[in-house]
Order: sequence, then C-alpha cells, then structure tokens
Amino acid sequence: MPEQIAVTVNGATVAVAPGTSVAAAMMIAGASCRSSVSGELRGPLCGMGVCFECRAEIDGVAHSRSCQIVCVSGMNIKTDA
Amino acid sequence: MRSSNSQFDVIVVGGGPAGIASAVSAAQSGKRVAIADDNPALGGQIWRGETVHSDPAARAWISKLRESAVLLFPGTRVFDQPVPGTLNAETLDGRVAFDYGKLILATGARERFLPFPGWTLQNVMGAGALQALVKAGLPIQGKRVVVAGTGPLLLAVASYLKKHGAIVVAVCEQASRASLAAFALGLFAHPGKIAQAWELRGELAGVDLLTSAWPLTAAGNQILESVVISSKRTPKRIACDYLACGFHLVPNTELASLVGCRLEGGFVQVDDLQNTSVPNVFCAGEPTGIGGVDLALLEGQIAGLAAGGHRAAAENLRKQRAKLRSFARSLEKTFQLRPELKRLTTPETIVCRCEDVTLSKLRPHGSWRAAKLQSRCGMGPCQGRICGPATQFLLGWAAESVRPPVLPVKLRNLTYESDQPKGELASVM
Repeated sequence: MPEQIAVTVNGATVAVAPGTSVAAAMMIAGASCRSSVSGELRGPLCGMGVCFECRAEIDGVAHSRSCQIVCVSGMNIKTDA
Repeated sequence: MRSSNSQFDVIVVGGGPAGIASAVSAAQSGKRVAIADDNPALGGQIWRGETVHSDPAARAWISKLRESAVLLFPGTRVFDQPVPGTLNAETLDGRVAFDYGKLILATGARERFLPFPGWTLQNVMGAGALQALVKAGLPIQGKRVVVAGTGPLLLAVASYLKKHGAIVVAVCEQASRASLAAFALGLFAHPGKIAQAWELRGELAGVDLLTSAWPLTAAGNQILESVVISSKRTPKRIACDYLACGFHLVPNTELASLVGCRLEGGFVQVDDLQNTSVPNVFCAGEPTGIGGVDLALLEGQIAGLAAGGHRAAAENLRKQRAKLRSFARSLEKTFQLRPELKRLTTPETIVCRCEDVTLSKLRPHGSWRAAKLQSRCGMGPCQGRICGPATQFLLGWAAESVRPPVLPVKLRNLTYESDQPKGELASVM
C-alpha cells in the first residue's frame, strides 16, 4: 500500500492515495461539488474536464475543475455546497 | 509579445492515441514537435492513468514517445488562435503561447448525454466518466453500478468496474439485439475487434446484459438511490450507488471550428493526408469520425508523417485507413440513437445543467441561438458542450459558430502577457 497523502475538504482532513484527483477526493469526503442555479447539489458528470460540474475552490483558486487536478499533500479544497 | 512565444515546427493539440501517434511520427523527421494537452497526464481518455499499461498498443506508443524528442505540455488547454500560426493556452500557473508551422488537432471526443428525470442527481455520470474517476482514485469496491446508454464503451467500462470490485447490476444498451448481432457479424472483417469483444463477454459473465433498454428515471434525495430501466416494455426499478450513463461519443470540434476548419455532418473534413480545409492544419482521430483507437492511431500517423514532410509514407497508410473507416461507419449505424429516447426528457427535465434550463423553457425557441439569448441555455461554463448535443438530438438544433475563448479562461489570462511555456520530455513522465 503506497503512502497516503492528506488533503482538506471543507475543513475536514481526508487521506487519499497518491495520484487521486481532487474530484475523487471530494467524493471520498462525501462533499458535493457545487449548488446549482436552482439549488440542486451536483457532483461530477463528465470526469474529463468538459462539463465544469466538479468545479471547486482549490488552494484559493475558484472554479477549478477538480477532475483535472491531482491532489497534492496539504491541498485545501472548498466547495460551495 | 510574439518573441516570448515558444516556437515549434509542429504543435499537436491533444495527447490521446491520435495525438501521441501524430507527434511521434512528425518528430521522426527531426522536426521540433510539442503536444499540448488539457489533462494532467497524457494518454487521452482511453489510455488515461495507465503509465504501465496492459494494452500492447498503448505500451508501444508511450515507449516511442519516451524515446522521442517531443516536448510535452500537460495541463495546458488551448483557448484561442489570435493570429494564424499562434495559439494561446491556459495552464494552472498562467498563460502560455505557442507559434507553429503546422498544427495537428487531435482533440478527441466526449460522451453524449441525454437528459432524463434525475440525470442531474449526484452519482449519475458518464460511463467513461465513472471509469475515469475510478482510475483517478474513487473507490468502487462493493458499489452497485448500472451501466447504461449506448456504444462499445459500455461493455468496456462495465468490465473495468467489475474487475475493480464493483457489483455491476445491469448493462443497458439502447441498441437492439438484432442490430448488435449484425454489428458482431461485421466484426469478422476486423479479427482484432472480435478478440476484444469475446474477451469482454467472458469478463462480464453473470452480469445482466440488456438490449433495447435504457434509463427512464433516476431517483434519490440529492444523491442517486435507484434507477428505473425500460426493458421489454416493463419498467424495472434497480437500486444502485452509481448510474454510469453515456450515449456514445460526440467529437470535440470546437478548436477546429475556431481555426476555421470546415465541418461536415458534425465532423472535421479531412483529405487523404488528414489535411483540413485550412492550410497547415491537420486533424486526426475522433474529430474526423468516431472510429476508435485503431483508426485514431492510424490517422495520427498519417497526419504526423504528412506534417513532417513524409508524404509518401503517409500515403502508404491510406488503404489501411479505408478499412478501419468501414468499422467506424458500422459503429455509427449500430449505435445510432432510437427516436424513443427523445421522450425521455420531460418538460420539467433540466437540459442545460450550467444554467438549469428545462425543456419547457427551450421549446418555444426555434433555434440554438434564440434559446441561448433568451433562456441562457448553453451560456454557462461548459459553453454548450453538454446540452448542445442533447438539444441537437431532442430539438434538431445545430450549434453555431465558435468564438474565442473556446473555454472559460481567467480574466488575467486574457489580458496579461504570456509566460514562456515549460515543456518536458516524455522520458521523465
């Protein structure tokens, strides 16, 4: 088992395997990615950077596509949902 | 500003099979070649996350790339061509610009999504999407998954998920058994494909494989709990954790449109050497027709050889390409969407997920443009990449011209000067 890395999702620490995408880390943490215009909670749809459903604030950068970004130790992830 | 741009003889946009084959083939002639790809790692969707790959073709091409002098720019998404011969791209750190002599577009395809009640629930996603997320670390062990939609991807995804411990409750293919049987017969012209199909069948022993079946509704409290499947006229509710649902593929042609390439029937038009209608711009792989990895590799080689000046070598591959294109045509025929699927979308169903526009708000408008202006459909961050193909199927609307930037870009990257892009060799991957 490779060593796990720790990231923070909405303030909670989550341990993930190296190479895990931020989208997967958010799903592991049980966090929704965003709240839609009409208030639905959304998760990833396309998994390949096209749909923008998985966007989140990653290390202070808003609207980052979490499926296209790999977790780095200490990363701070925030969702608006 | 131009002086700070990185200069390349050949720029390949897209690092999937077509892009890798293009770049390797173009670099054979000593040209300075680079690949710019949106994803954090090369390989495209099909070879995603597989550095040590079990697929011999993937292994062979990735090792050729590692031995080549091709420079890689992962995490780099091209959003504009301010003047012919220059591309602007965004990275996580800022903006970069490339100058090219020849451009090869290998931008691949995405899944087609059709709206049905409940498709916006969490854990309803594309078939390839769930596979991509599992490859990117999402645990799937013991999870109940329904795989649905249409296309050869469904069985491949179901098999992958099962191998990784998922309980694949059902695979629902909207195409009929008769149409699939005709397709399977056609595979005799493509022995490699038969072996693949046969292998998948073995791996999926014990999984319910339904044909003429599709999801009617998905239900759950903000997150998926069950899906109702239409099959043999009796709808059936299946409890599940994930619905992996994609209706075959649509080509990514936005960048081709932006640089002015002529499209025909939704695909980028190319000649025998993968030249588009724009001089010095080539296109290879799915954007020219959905044909799978073998055709993508071949078209990539042709485009790369032609762009690198090896016209004769490129011409030698034309016959092989014709054969693989016949497979592409049979794919299209087998997995064409049946008209009943238009009834899946109810008036209250959200069609545009970015702006939450329902079908009833779209119907009064006569065209994609009118709907965009008056309902905000297609005006969100995906820029119509998800709802565009859906409205095309549901309402017969054709998407209109593409304008820069082709992707949402940070404002500072539209206004600031470009940084010098930092590429890396595949050997360090």
